[in-house]
Order: sequence, then structure tokens, then C-alpha cells
Amino acid sequence: MRYFLRRLAFLVPLVWVIVTLAFFLVRVAPGGPFDRERKPASPAVERALAEKYHLDESLGSQYLRFLGLKWETGSDGRWHRAPGGLLVGDLGLSLKYRNHTVADIIRQGLPVSLTLGILAFGFAMGFGIPIGFYTAVQRGSWGDWIGSLLALVVICVPSFVLGPVLILVFGLQLGWFPVGLWGAPLQAVLPMAALGLFFGGRVARLMREGMTQSLQSEYIRTARAKGASELRVLLRHAFPTAVMPVISYSGPMLADLLTGSFVVENIFQIPGIGVFMVNSSLSRDYTMVVGLVLLYAILLLVLNLLVDLAYGLLDPRVRYE
Amino acid sequence: MPRADLVVLNGPEIETLDPHVLTGQADGRVSGALFEGLTRFDPVSGRGIPGLAERWDVSPDGRRYTFHLRTNAAFSTGEPIRAEDFVWSWRHAVDPSTAADYSGFFFYVKGGKELVIGTSTNLASLGIRALDPLTMEVELVNPTSFFVDLCAMRIMAVVPRWTVERLGDQWVRAEPLPCSGAFELVAWLPNNRVRVRKNPRYWDAASVRPRVVDFLSSDSPSTALNLYLTGEVDVLIEKNLIPLELNDVLLKRPDFHTFSYLGTYFMRFNVTRKPFDNVRVRRAMSLVLDKWRIVDRITKLGERPTSAITPPGTGGYSPPPGLGQNLCVATNAADRAAAFAANVAEAKRLLAEAGYPEGRGFPTFTYMFNAGGGGGSRTHEKIAVEFQAMLQEHLGIQMELRPVEWKTYLSEMSRLNYDVIRGSWVGDYQDPTTFLDCFLADSGNNRTGWKNARYDALLEQAAGTSEPAARVALLQEAETLLCRDEVPILPVFTYTGLYSYDPNRVGGIHPNLTDEHPVSAMFLKR
Repeated sequence: MRYFLRRLAFLVPLVWVIVTLAFFLVRVAPGGPFDRERKPASPAVERALAEKYHLDESLGSQYLRFLGLKWETGSDGRWHRAPGGLLVGDLGLSLKYRNHTVADIIRQGLPVSLTLGILAFGFAMGFGIPIGFYTAVQRGSWGDWIGSLLALVVICVPSFVLGPVLILVFGLQLGWFPVGLWGAPLQAVLPMAALGLFFGGRVARLMREGMTQSLQSEYIRTARAKGASELRVLLRHAFPTAVMPVISYSGPMLADLLTGSFVVENIFQIPGIGVFMVNSSLSRDYTMVVGLVLLYAILLLVLNLLVDLAYGLLDPRVRYE
Repeated sequence: MPRADLVVLNGPEIETLDPHVLTGQADGRVSGALFEGLTRFDPVSGRGIPGLAERWDVSPDGRRYTFHLRTNAAFSTGEPIRAEDFVWSWRHAVDPSTAADYSGFFFYVKGGKELVIGTSTNLASLGIRALDPLTMEVELVNPTSFFVDLCAMRIMAVVPRWTVERLGDQWVRAEPLPCSGAFELVAWLPNNRVRVRKNPRYWDAASVRPRVVDFLSSDSPSTALNLYLTGEVDVLIEKNLIPLELNDVLLKRPDFHTFSYLGTYFMRFNVTRKPFDNVRVRRAMSLVLDKWRIVDRITKLGERPTSAITPPGTGGYSPPPGLGQNLCVATNAADRAAAFAANVAEAKRLLAEAGYPEGRGFPTFTYMFNAGGGGGSRTHEKIAVEFQAMLQEHLGIQMELRPVEWKTYLSEMSRLNYDVIRGSWVGDYQDPTTFLDCFLADSGNNRTGWKNARYDALLEQAAGTSEPAARVALLQEAETLLCRDEVPILPVFTYTGLYSYDPNRVGGIHPNLTDEHPVSAMFLKR
């Protein structure tokens, strides 16, 4: 318990370092959020625009403002803290989508990305565990060969190839599923598969390995010697140990799924947050980049912590000091 | 959400709905559905036709416009639209604190330029006056024949004063949002859709056919095409969303339509750098670009090679012949080959005159372009590679390619930190000045370092000339200077637009030079 409190306390400075790096790195890149193909009507307009979003201030001052530690004289002539800032949980307006706050956009996009990630997680498990189980049990048979090949193929084919292939076959040719957009259950099927298949392949391989090892161990021989039925041997004795590698992989996998949906979101026109993660840095949307880096940093660190916690609970040999 | 009557795939995610500060074409399409000005765009011609003003009178000297507003003009929330609303809206648009990128359109209005530049801060000095609640007078600096076209621009639209005053920059987030156009806002979901429905208080509501319209955003051409092919989307309005790799197949379909619009693809020389400060070098390099090869083999939408910056048909103006014009107008392969051979011979001579015979001693330089541009099909890169090969083959000079991402490209171009760079310009209204003004010495869009006092004087003289033929002559003289004699830019081709919709199902979309296709005119055929 103390270990986790310590880990938690350590998260705060770590997140601060990450966010600070993001804040400065994105500002180092050439160009700014308001550089467009056409110049503003006059330098005065350009200045006014920079002023509105405080981009005319020094980097240090912008950083203090971002943290919420900037003090300035207001219109009433009095000294006061500038409104907003990270410390009061305000990430500010997006500089590209100027009528939306960063929080607004995260609030709308994150649930979609999370849903997609969790669906893909379920899909990967539902695809990988049975295949791994079956191919291990039927080792050396045609079934094993086909199943293992399938698992290998989906690992090797990246989602930007897999997505369009799924669309072509199941969307355009067969017409079974919609080719994009989000909202109806059927619309989730192809993106879930496109995102989850790769991980399903990994799960299948881990499961097969685990199951194979488990089936060769002494306690299985003992169980068989006791006269337990084959089904009981497989499910009750072999499976629980065989699934351990899959469980330890599931933490990083979930993190990958939640943060790595950009390509799939783009292919299927899904209103998630992944698209913003990539586009905001291209469009120099400073506030959005920092906001999303913060979000992903917290997400990844917390997931990692949870995985470690799960290890401790599942495997009594693991002890944290 | 149930499906809308009409679903338009609108291109990149819109940044704002605020008609005064928006910059993107995609933003303009949505905002144009919600907000209207004195005039609006005619779906057929793309020019200004009566909008919230039902008619106008022009003084004999062409400098004073008197607009008569419609008696039934009102916001979607019920408030009437009066002359005072326009006065306030225009002042808001020119106010530098609004920071409207496009406030340059007010340079035509008396006092506008001073306000936008910041030499004056008295908003009341803007040449717009309410004579009575339904009549307003606009004073212009010069007789401006296309002024009613400008009045259809988003930045000239009327906005709800009380909402803007209450919410400031965030006024477009008001619920309900008072709209002055054919539609009102239902939902604005970032990266998802903007849904609008017919505004029952719109003065011309009777002729608006779609009840609910969705604008979807996408920046992936293949996704857009998939959505269109499966009927999720009725109209693909954005040219960049059509995968160029499939041009050969798609163009044969009856639902893919090409049209000409006011856009020119060109290259900029940085005339502040050696050797591009030498006009002979610029001319030589311009002459060896085989523009037919580019439109026939790379862009393939029927673009027309050009030697001028102004596309033909811009407000009845025809551009004068630029450098290497004979190649662009040649109609058959033999003529083209002959014209190109003549151009190359001339180019070699010019390069030798400039001190680099056969390209000897010519410094290596770079050509910068935005990578990944051109609809994801790497058009810019392919064009760059062709240009590189032609320079090497015909002039013996080495050009290195420097692909950069979009914001870097813009920033380097503005700072004149390049040798030669890709450029393009899309005109806003049907007059050659929408192109020619870019290359004025003090224009922020010049970005070549080229300054020419005579060019500036010719354009200024043209602006003060109301007699059309004399004005055209002055503009042609200026364009000759730009595109034949001085060539700080190398025009390549005029763009061809492309949109797709099934003509048996969707109506009301017309090809026009300004690429304006208001959704209020679109309808589904049952």
C-alpha cells in the first residue's frame, strides 16, 4: 500500500515534467497556430491575434500563464492572478478550434476513443484466447497450422492496410457493415476489428505458448493420472496458468489501444481524440498539444500503475517494497 | 441522430463558424449557410445577388452605394435586421481587436484601410451610414465594380450585436445562435459534424429545400470516397477529398464533375537571393518547365497550363500573354513540341547571358514544397521532381528538393527563407485584382521579395479608373510586367475543381469560378 502511495506521489512531478517539455517543444517548431496560406489583412491584425491568445508574451510569461501562476494588473488597475491555468484545471481554448476549449474537445472525443479501445480490447481477447487455446491443444494439426498462420498474418498487417481491406470486403463488396462514422452499433464493428486484430494475434500467440508450456508441466500429468476428464484438465488445470502471460500483456495492450487509435479513427471517420493528437501538433495548436499530452501521460502512468497492482494481486510471488 | 436530408462532406474540420474571423473555405461553406450579408452568392454564377438587401442604387461616380434592406429580414431568433445592425457588424469586422484575417476586404470602403492598418481607431470613420432603419449608404474609396460581389463575402455578413457583446469571441457558441442566413445551427460537434436546419424566419425560406443538412468533416480522401460510395454522404464538395490516384476511373463516372475556378498553381522565386535576383535566371528557369507534361501526367483533371497568374474569364478579363505563352496555347502535340523547343533555346541563351553558360557555375539551390499536400497523392512532390529533371536536362542546373510540413512551409515562405518555393492562389471574387493585388510591394501575400514601383502605380491607377476598357488595359499592363517581363513567379496551371454528386438525385449545384456552392440552393430529387 505504501509503495503505491509513493508511486502515486511520484506521478505528479513526472506529469509536470512531461507537460513542461511538451509546452516548450511544441513552441520550438517553426510556424505558429495563426500562420496560414494568406497573411492577415495587416500587421495590426496579426498583432491583435497574437495578443488575444498571449502569444506575444515571452515564453516564460506564457508558461506562468499556462500554469496559472501569472500575476498582472487588470483593467481596473489592480494586481491579480490571470484567470485560468493548469493549477485550476483550465487547459484554455484550442488555438485552432477557437470556439472550443481543450477540455470541450477532450470531453467529446475521449469517450469515443475509450469505447473504441475497450471494444477492441474485448475483440482482441475474444479472438486471441480461443485461437491460442485451440492451436495449443491441437498442436501439429491442420487446425493449429491455420490458426497460427492467421494469428501471424494479423500481427504482420498494419491497421492502415487492414482497415481499408476490411472496408473493401465487408463494407463495399458485401455491404454487411457501414464503412465509417460512429453512433450505431454496427458502425463499431469494422473499426473494432481493424484496431483489435493485431492485438488479437499477439494474444493468440501468447496464449498458445502459455498453454503449450502448461500442458507439458508435471501438474497436468498428475491431474491426468488422477483420472480427471480431458476437458477438466484443460480448463481447470492448464488454463489458469496458461493465461497469465496474456493478463500481464493486457495492461500495455489496453494502453496501446487507448492511445493508438489515430489511424483507425482516421480511416473510419470516428470522432475520437486520436485525430486531434496528431493534427494538433501539425497545426501548432499549442494548448491542445499540451492538453492531450497531459491526458495521455496520466492515462499511461495510471494504467501502468494498475498493471503493477494487478501483478501483485495475481501472482503472490511478486512483492513490492 | 437520424440522417439529415442532405449530407455534405465538407473537407477539413472547421475551425470556427464566426463569419468575421473564419479563414478556411470549409468554414465558409458552413458559416455561409448560417449568416448572410447585403448580398449572397448566386449558386449559378458565383457572383453577388440580392441577399438581405433587396436592391441598391449606385451613384454616377461609382463611389456611393445605397442599399435597401428587406422589410422581412430577421435573425432566426426573431429580432429584425436593420441598417444599424450592418453598421455595427462592419465596424466590428474592421476593428483590429476582432483580429479578422480577411478584414482587407474593407480596404475598398472609405476609412477601412486606415482602421485595419491601425492608423485610425475611430470606428465611426468607416464609410457606412444608416440613413433610416432600412436604408444604408456605403462610401467607397474607388469605383469598385465588384463591390456587390464583396458584399457576399462572409466577413461582410451581419452578426447579432447583442450576442457578440455578451459573449465576445465565443459568441458563436450561444444557444440558440441568432442566425441571419438560410439555416440555423442545431449542433456543432468537433471532428464529427455540424448540423443545421432550415431557418423559418429567413426572408427566402420558401425556396430553401433541404430541412436538415449535415456537414461532415474528413481529411482522408479514401474515407470520404467510401462514405460517398455507400450513400452516407450525398455530396463530396471538396476537391482535395477525391483520391487523385483514382482519377482515371472516377472521371468516367457520371457523378464526378469537373469545373474551372479561380485558382492558379505557381512557383515563387526569392528575388532577394542570388542568383534569382537576376531576371534572366528567372526567365530561363520558367521557360524550361514543360507545363503540359505536368497537367497531362500528374494532375490529370484537365487543368490548363498558363503563363499568367490570373485565370481566364475572371470578371470578363483575359490575361495578357506571359512568358512562354506560345507553349500554353499550342493545341496539338507537334505545336507544343515546337513551342517548347523554342522556349528551351531561349532559356539556354538567357542563362548564358546571365553568366552561367550550360549551367556552369550555377549554385545548387533548393525547391521547397509542402509534403503530403495535394490531397495526399503527393502532387507537389511529383511536380517538383518533374521540374528538377527539366532544369537538369535543359539547363544543366541542380535543384534539390526540400519537402517540409505545412506550417514550416508557410513560415519559411513568409520569412523569405527559401530559394524557389511552391505557391498557389485562389481568387475570392471575379476580378483580376484578387490575384494581382498579391504582388503589390506591401502585400503580405507577395512573399517573393519582389517590389516594383511601376506595377504598384499601374494597379493604383486602375483602381481609380471606372471606365472598364481603360481599367482592363492598365491591369493587363501590370500583369505583363509581372508574368512576362519580371517573372518573380512562374505560373504553372489553372486549377480544375472537382466535386461529386449523383445528378439524378441531387440538384442545385452549379460550376462557377468562385467555387461557391451554397447548400441553400441544393435539393434532393425524389
